[in-house]
Amino acid sequence: MQTLRRTPLFEQHLQAGARMVPFAGWEMPVQYEGVLAEHRAVRTDAGVFDVSHMGELDVEGPRADELLQGLLSNDLRKLDVGDAQYTLLTNEEGGILDDLIVYRTAEHRFLLIVNAANRDTDYEWLAEREVLGSDIRDVSDEYGLLAVQGPNALARLDLAKEKPFTWAMGELDGVEVMINRTGYTGEEGVELACMADDAPALWAAVLARGVTPCGLGARDTLRLEVCYPLHGNDIGPQWDAISSGLGWVCALGTEFTGVERLREVRQRGPERKLVAFRMTERAIPRQGMAIDGGGEVTSGSLSPMLEVGIGLGYVPAAASAPGTELTIDVRGRSRGAEVVTKPIYKREET
Amino acid sequence: MPATESYPEDLLYHREHDWARIDGDEAVLGVTWYAVDALGELVHYEPPAEGATVQKDQAYGEVESVKAVSDVIAPLSGEVLEVNDKVVSAPETVNDDPYGQGWLIRIRLSDPAERDALLDVDAYRQVLAES
Repeated sequence: MQTLRRTPLFEQHLQAGARMVPFAGWEMPVQYEGVLAEHRAVRTDAGVFDVSHMGELDVEGPRADELLQGLLSNDLRKLDVGDAQYTLLTNEEGGILDDLIVYRTAEHRFLLIVNAANRDTDYEWLAEREVLGSDIRDVSDEYGLLAVQGPNALARLDLAKEKPFTWAMGELDGVEVMINRTGYTGEEGVELACMADDAPALWAAVLARGVTPCGLGARDTLRLEVCYPLHGNDIGPQWDAISSGLGWVCALGTEFTGVERLREVRQRGPERKLVAFRMTERAIPRQGMAIDGGGEVTSGSLSPMLEVGIGLGYVPAAASAPGTELTIDVRGRSRGAEVVTKPIYKREET
Repeated sequence: MPATESYPEDLLYHREHDWARIDGDEAVLGVTWYAVDALGELVHYEPPAEGATVQKDQAYGEVESVKAVSDVIAPLSGEVLEVNDKVVSAPETVNDDPYGQGWLIRIRLSDPAERDALLDVDAYRQVLAES
């Protein structure tokens, strides 16, 4: 039996009444009070997630930018120190090895925050391509990472609003933190990186400010409502970035691994596309269910906000336009769905 | 509010975490607190059709939480007389009151002797202790 890794907050999760489950080799909280309540806390107030299982890779050196520009899909040259960018690590076929956020921490230094499940393979992919003048270190174990998300998240933390996809060093109740204006919920908020040893103090400070602890269950339903893809479900090495709807993070005018293939796909159009859908009949779609006409559900759940089944899935390009009716095989029962525009859930403008 | 753990003494149990309340040649069926707690908050109940036949030890419906789906196993055989529409429209009723408002179906028993194979509360608690 594989030993599961624990974040620096394992004991805190147990104290908060978490139900712990295995996830990507880690023992993580799936919920505390309940997925629905935690989901609504993030949509209406503020919630905190321990995402310390995510990987951090530090890439430094005079040729670090050159190395990453050639391996990541987005245009790194747009980043000044203090900026962050959503980007993809692509293979030769334009498939997605990982999706990640790169932070420019110095003129020739970058921090990559990557999916927990891909930490080792990402590191190996980069290390094998390392050039003289670039140094890659897996610093995941040095960091704790908390995502604080929700319309009241900034107020709870006494933080001012800043431009999305930027970062700055700061301090919260005596803990030094890297404050990242990023998230995975579609809400206002921050992701706070701290030294692993400081994670319990940071967690306690955030909870003391009245933020609701939230597990991976709510994290998954929140990201699905706003159609952020999950690597391993909705995106992966077997699907090219254009077909996966991530052409907007592929700078096709730059040179990176797989760019030729992506230019081809862009030119002739993808055969299948990742679409968002909502059920028009009562049913909850689940990963792996077949969509009539040669499609497949890659993520599915009940939308806690819309109280209807929602999902993401690949369908033939001809069936990808919003409004297209789909039929999904829900354990032997045919249930109707409709392609919708992303995101599925939109925050009401107030 | 989710119910706290309990297993009423007047019910008969199936080891797949289902209960039966037998009244003459009819029975009301549901799932136990243990099953509901393992699943979490229910968000979907897929019931059988009224008039359908359910077979002892076979699945007759499904309950789903946000994260998981579970078959519901029939502790007894019979014909479905009534589906609890309250649970269809508000599945969380099962979390709140698994043995009362959260019942799932009412059936006419086709073989009342099947009850002899079911567990009393002590035997069911033994099953839980061993799982």
